Amino acid sequence: MYNSGKIIAGLVVFLAFFAFPFYYNLGKANARPEPKLNTPVIQQLAEKKCVESRDFMRSEHMQLLNDWRDSVVRDGNRIYVNAEGKKHTISLQNTCMNCHSNKKEFCDSCHNYMAVKPYCWSCHIQPKEDKS
Amino acid sequence: MAKVNTPKPAELAEALEYTTPQTEWMETPAVIKPGTFCWGAKGKNLGIVEFPNARDWNPSEEDWKLPENWQEIFFTGMKNLLDKYRSFKVFMDICVRCGACADKCHFFIGSGDPKNMPVLRAELLRSVYRNDFTLAGKILGKIAGARPLTVDVLKELWYYFYQCTECRRCSLFCPYGIDTAEITMMGRELTNLLGLNTDWISGPVANCYMKGNHLGLEPHAIMNSIEGMVDDIETITGIRINPSFNRKGAEILFVTPSGDLFADPGTYTAMGYMMLFHELGLDYTWSTYASEGGNFGFFSSNEMAKRLNSKIYAEAKRLGVKYIIGGECGHMWRVLTQYMDTWNGPADFMEVPVSPITGTRFENSKSTKMIHITEFTADLIKNNKLKLDPSRNDDLVITYHDSCNTARGMGLMDEPRYIINNVCNNFHEMPENTIREQTFCCGSGTGLNASENMELRMRGGLPRANAVKFVKEKHGVNMLANICAIDRATLSASMDYWVPGVKVTGVHELVANALIMTGEKERETNLRGDALPGKEGN
Amino acid sequence: MKIVLPLVAVIMLVVLAFAGVQVAGMQFLFGVLIPYLAIAFFIAGFIYRVIKWGMSPVPFCIPTTAGQMKSFPWIKQNKLDNPSSTMGVVGRMALEVLVFRSLFRNTKTELREGPQLSYGSEKFLWIAGLAFHWSFLIIFIRHFRFFMLETPFVIQMIEGLDSFLQIGAPLLYLTDVVLLGAVTFLVFRRLAMPLIKYISLPADYFPLFLILGIATSGILMRYFMKVHIVGVKEMVLGLVSFNPVVPEGIGVIFYIHLFLVSTLLAYFPLSKLMHMGGVFMSPTRNMANNSREVRHVNPWNYPVHVHTYDEYEDEFREKMKKAGLPVEKE
Repeated sequence: MYNSGKIIAGLVVFLAFFAFPFYYNLGKANARPEPKLNTPVIQQLAEKKCVESRDFMRSEHMQLLNDWRDSVVRDGNRIYVNAEGKKHTISLQNTCMNCHSNKKEFCDSCHNYMAVKPYCWSCHIQPKEDKS
Repeated sequence: MAKVNTPKPAELAEALEYTTPQTEWMETPAVIKPGTFCWGAKGKNLGIVEFPNARDWNPSEEDWKLPENWQEIFFTGMKNLLDKYRSFKVFMDICVRCGACADKCHFFIGSGDPKNMPVLRAELLRSVYRNDFTLAGKILGKIAGARPLTVDVLKELWYYFYQCTECRRCSLFCPYGIDTAEITMMGRELTNLLGLNTDWISGPVANCYMKGNHLGLEPHAIMNSIEGMVDDIETITGIRINPSFNRKGAEILFVTPSGDLFADPGTYTAMGYMMLFHELGLDYTWSTYASEGGNFGFFSSNEMAKRLNSKIYAEAKRLGVKYIIGGECGHMWRVLTQYMDTWNGPADFMEVPVSPITGTRFENSKSTKMIHITEFTADLIKNNKLKLDPSRNDDLVITYHDSCNTARGMGLMDEPRYIINNVCNNFHEMPENTIREQTFCCGSGTGLNASENMELRMRGGLPRANAVKFVKEKHGVNMLANICAIDRATLSASMDYWVPGVKVTGVHELVANALIMTGEKERETNLRGDALPGKEGN
Repeated sequence: MKIVLPLVAVIMLVVLAFAGVQVAGMQFLFGVLIPYLAIAFFIAGFIYRVIKWGMSPVPFCIPTTAGQMKSFPWIKQNKLDNPSSTMGVVGRMALEVLVFRSLFRNTKTELREGPQLSYGSEKFLWIAGLAFHWSFLIIFIRHFRFFMLETPFVIQMIEGLDSFLQIGAPLLYLTDVVLLGAVTFLVFRRLAMPLIKYISLPADYFPLFLILGIATSGILMRYFMKVHIVGVKEMVLGLVSFNPVVPEGIGVIFYIHLFLVSTLLAYFPLSKLMHMGGVFMSPTRNMANNSREVRHVNPWNYPVHVHTYDEYEDEFREKMKKAGLPVEKE
């Protein structure tokens, strides 16, 4: 008794699971998100620079925002001193979103790509954007 | 051969501990210790069944007189077995050494020898397999857990595969169902290619092959033995029963292990069968040709087991019976359940077993056409076909030992309990981790019930005996019931050793004691000749 | 030795990936070539091993029966532990594979003075094994967000559940903690229990250390040494769509993680990890106990030399006649 039918069926399931990423993506375009930085406020900036460097912001923004929240909510401190010693007001609405007023094209483009759902907007009010 | 001394129970228990040697197991050579192994097979007996490399040999001697090309024989044999058995191949590959089996083996529990942990017993052979059959083993050698097959390794394999009773308790706990019984069977196949069997197995095999039963009882001797029992039954009940032998045209062929015909307390069980069948007026016959239900071939090689087993269907066909009833035996029922039909079937010359008394059709054995006597009897009792007086067993406080094979190789558990509860008034179960599918081996199965390895047997018998001791102390148990001929012989020894005062009985001895037979005289004694409860003064 | 060697091996793998990427700049080798080879070897090797098992037949019906068999209607069969039908076997296998039924039975034997033996319930191995395998599976499934451009709702849901405590940023995954804890326990168990230590081989420690390395590098990457994650996804999507790209600016910890995973994949078919496939192939678990009811056929069943009744009668005819037994030939 070899049960070849059952073994083959089992191997098909194995392949279906482990080779899934490969056949699923066959012929699909690999579109990398390009977060847009061309808001009116940013365009008017003399020095186009965030509160910290680009690389830092790219990988650490979630931690920074968390720290900001704790700093304001728990310590009542609204001043952030960055790596260069420059001071910024800690405020999601007035600092971050002032420049990055395009949540959909900025925040969401990467978050959707990575399937990350930050819970900023369960407390803060989402900015109203014209384009939907 | 010299007599081997067995340590006293207290000495043995005192020295028992679960520790590991300082050296890794591959660097710890096996010491072939007297009291732990059986004498080597005699060339004469292996020759009778045409086994290769038949010769006299002695495990305690340095020179095992191996054939020149023994390694080649071993590896060819191993390749052959890997090709034939998926179980062997898979079990060689997938063990993760989680250790769940480690303390489940009665031989480990009773000996503390780490190589008796099922995982390590299998690793002994796995290491050889890795060395010659796997890529990782060939490249990495010892790092991959591989080692070359040397004479010392062969001796170690032999020593430990003849310290396993194929009880399958480890298999129950293994997350992948790895069955050491299966691995031991392969190991024994390989040792048999080199003529390395034991005397206690090869002797009965030769007997069974030529004379029809392990004990080598010739036709007239079987009849004499049964006639003796018939006399005893007449003395006790006043009824003369008249069994038939090799009778063509009987409805049923009855096959039981020959141990039941030979020595106490098995003979009482055999008397029980006959009294029951007589009372029912059953149309059955014994066979002197197929006079063995057990199968010591099963402990040597698959082919030998099939050769011995073939007699049962052959005789059923010759006699023209409708179906077969099998007596109380353990490994016999593993063979009948999982092997017989595959080897020697289909048994299409018989009919689906139907109880002539109750009309019950035994659908669960409609292919093998062979039913277990406890199935047959449980059905009779359920249908009120027997007049029983359980008080005749009132002097007994009973517990029940599941045989490894009927429990884990069949699943016959409630039938014997149902019978016991109907023929006795005092029944107590042993602790739950020691009964049913978790039952412990008697310690002497698979042809290890010799006398020269008594120390091993008593060690292996410890977990079972210890559970009996527990119910003896708690409930006053004085009788250990079971449905296995080897149990009846070997548990008697281990009870005397570990739990003196507890006797051993087959289930059908209890049935016959309680059975009120038509026309019987008032019984004064039970089948053993002991006064019945309330009749002590007579 | 059998512990140090696999530990050193895993450390060497980390060093190799670090040096290869950080010093020698071999991003393409570690990020593209090796992962491709490892995946190919894993899939082909796994299938090869399973087919190799399948080439050997199951000659006999040998389930380990772990409960009452099918008997009379008035005796209750244990249909899951001693199945007699295909449905029963499916149930038994499901319990075995999904919740480790057999390991759940585990007991611990204790020897006391007397001697007195007792068998207590021992569930730690079962719990740790279950925790380890399930968290590993969930973590693997979670990673599908890197394999698919649009992450399906199911995977987002799993991720949401896994991080529902909302600790830290990025949110802490429970399975990360459980996996690390379980693997650490499994290593500790091998070291602390003398008998288990005695039976353990380097091949038992190596995958544990390797998985520990994978989990640690993954956790470091997510919480402590954050990498350019959009670049990572771009790279992974490139791999799975056969358009490999090596984006700039991905931290070396990612390459270490990927190299350890590649090693695990390549090692898999050569090792005991094949129990993933083997558990389905075990005849003591995947067969119905119905061999008395339905004849099991052995493809290599061959005729054997038997001692026939006629030969038997020839030898004992005179004795049989004298004893009054019927004989075929007078």
